[in-house]
Amino acid sequence: MKLTLGPLQYFWQRAEVLDFYQQAMDWPVSVVYLGETVCSKRREMRLQDWLSLARQFAAQGREVILSSLALLEAESELSSLTRLVDNGHFQVEANDWSAVQRCVERQLPFVAGPTLNLYNHEALAFLQTLGMTRFVLGIDQGSAALHAMRQQADIGGRPFPEVEVLGWGRMPLAYSARCFTARARNLGKDECGTCCREYPHGFVVETREQTPFLCINGIQVQSAAYCDLGPELESLREAHVDFLRISPQQENLGIIIRHFAEALAAGKAAPRQGDSNGFWHGKPGQDWIDAAQRLSPSPA
Amino acid sequence: MIPELVCPAGSLAALEAAFQHGADAVYLGFRNATNARAFPGLNFTQEDMAQGIRTAHRHGKKVYLALNTYPDSAHMSLWKESIDQAVALGVDALIIAEISLLAHAARHHPGIPRHLSVQGSATTPAALRFFHEQFGISRAVLPRVLSLAQVERLCEQAPVAIEVFAFGSLCIMVEGRCQLSSFVTGHSPNSQGVCSPAAHVHWAELPGNRREVRLNNVLVDQFEPDEAASYPTLCKGRYRNGDNLAYVLEEPVSLNTLSILPRLAQAGVAALKVEGRQRGPAYVAQVTRVWREALEALKAPTPFAVQPAWQKQLSHVSEGLQTTLGPYHRDWH
Repeated sequence: MKLTLGPLQYFWQRAEVLDFYQQAMDWPVSVVYLGETVCSKRREMRLQDWLSLARQFAAQGREVILSSLALLEAESELSSLTRLVDNGHFQVEANDWSAVQRCVERQLPFVAGPTLNLYNHEALAFLQTLGMTRFVLGIDQGSAALHAMRQQADIGGRPFPEVEVLGWGRMPLAYSARCFTARARNLGKDECGTCCREYPHGFVVETREQTPFLCINGIQVQSAAYCDLGPELESLREAHVDFLRISPQQENLGIIIRHFAEALAAGKAAPRQGDSNGFWHGKPGQDWIDAAQRLSPSPA
Repeated sequence: MIPELVCPAGSLAALEAAFQHGADAVYLGFRNATNARAFPGLNFTQEDMAQGIRTAHRHGKKVYLALNTYPDSAHMSLWKESIDQAVALGVDALIIAEISLLAHAARHHPGIPRHLSVQGSATTPAALRFFHEQFGISRAVLPRVLSLAQVERLCEQAPVAIEVFAFGSLCIMVEGRCQLSSFVTGHSPNSQGVCSPAAHVHWAELPGNRREVRLNNVLVDQFEPDEAASYPTLCKGRYRNGDNLAYVLEEPVSLNTLSILPRLAQAGVAALKVEGRQRGPAYVAQVTRVWREALEALKAPTPFAVQPAWQKQLSHVSEGLQTTLGPYHRDWH
């Protein structure tokens, strides 16, 4: 199992982005996902900037995948997507069917992102015939679902694609036409002034009894809780997960990545640092399931 | 072109109310997890569906099967059998979100039209072309995320007919890509066909005649004695942002597009969908009657004007008693 650096979810200043990825050059991640997946108004980094970073990582021997938007509304967004797919070198993580269609039209291989809703082996097999090489498990899916997919694929004698699972980070839970950051500041979406740049970690909203609940990040709603599958490394190995995704955050990510990398190298679990692992266990995503409560993964 | 009016049927009584008051078609689901309104006591047995289809066809109307949840690998046969059964019973179209089920329907029932469900999350010509080329869909229901101008452009460019939501409860997230309910309860529209399910809702009385409502222990809202309490759908709760208490995501309001009906028709929207399979026959009758009147008024030579009586009747059955144009109107953002 290898570590990957997932696509940046937040809006950072260009210098911050470049600094972050400069640090990442020293991190033990095998795959780096680059690009904007949340909002097309975030234009600190242009395609050329992402491609420049991509070439630097590729020169280091890392695999680079260019991630695409999860929600497309405007024609200009479709044009940007087309340019991304036509970059001539790097594979794309398709986070919407528009991206899948562009890849299929050009007969290019692609990674299926976590928002494509691939819940079963037949959906995987269908996309494999169209060029999918890897899929990122949907955020709400867990080990039982993955075991069932693999078991049924095996019965059908079908090769299984590479699997990637979110191992660390706030969980992306929803996408909307509405920008919730602009709404919180009583601004129209068209007049947002990309105010999300002031929230490099998004901002957390609490329930009325002051329990942290959601994290607002533009048109995306995340969990306030951090998903942490560090203690699950053994069950991830049993589920033949190929890649474990670490989601970018501004502080301490290098420490987190080394924490995972050391545990992987030692063949051990990584002690808990985060909040939730419920989805992996087929429970509410907000839950934390202790080792004592855990059942061994059963094929559904 | 006058769009087709597609109304919800959670029961035979609702189906009959829809046709009696002017629906061109109803959409309905089986009484199991294969559709996105899998609520207790709702939906159709095979016998009821057969009877509903006979009623529809007797009136020259149509029945569409909503089969718009996502099966996992261990349970696919229920979904495929449901498709096969519905076709055998004579449904006029299949509304499907998931690609392996679209492939099954295209392979085994090529003569039955396939509509892409709103849960399929397709918002661009390229996405629609994917579903059209791979599975031969003839219609797609759009997620409630596009502005009116974007819907108009999509109607020009789409390879398939377009259906949009006209009225009813408002999902503000891209349908098919919202895991809020799953995060809190473990049950989601995608997998179990439910959002913020009733079994996880807990109401409690507080001192001073106040009330609170929780979803699986997460406090979604509290209500003063004079406040109307709404169902704890997670996107319509009140949360704290620093010192501010607010509907951070959305107020409890309903979508109502009557005022833009002429533009939707002009754009070439093929069908208007009324949300609400979880609502009773009285709701279906009321909403269908108003929308049929409005569609008839579109045909008249006189300019279309929204009748105050229509709005009043629709407001009575709306969530939170307020209505919005939602994302169709840029100011909503």
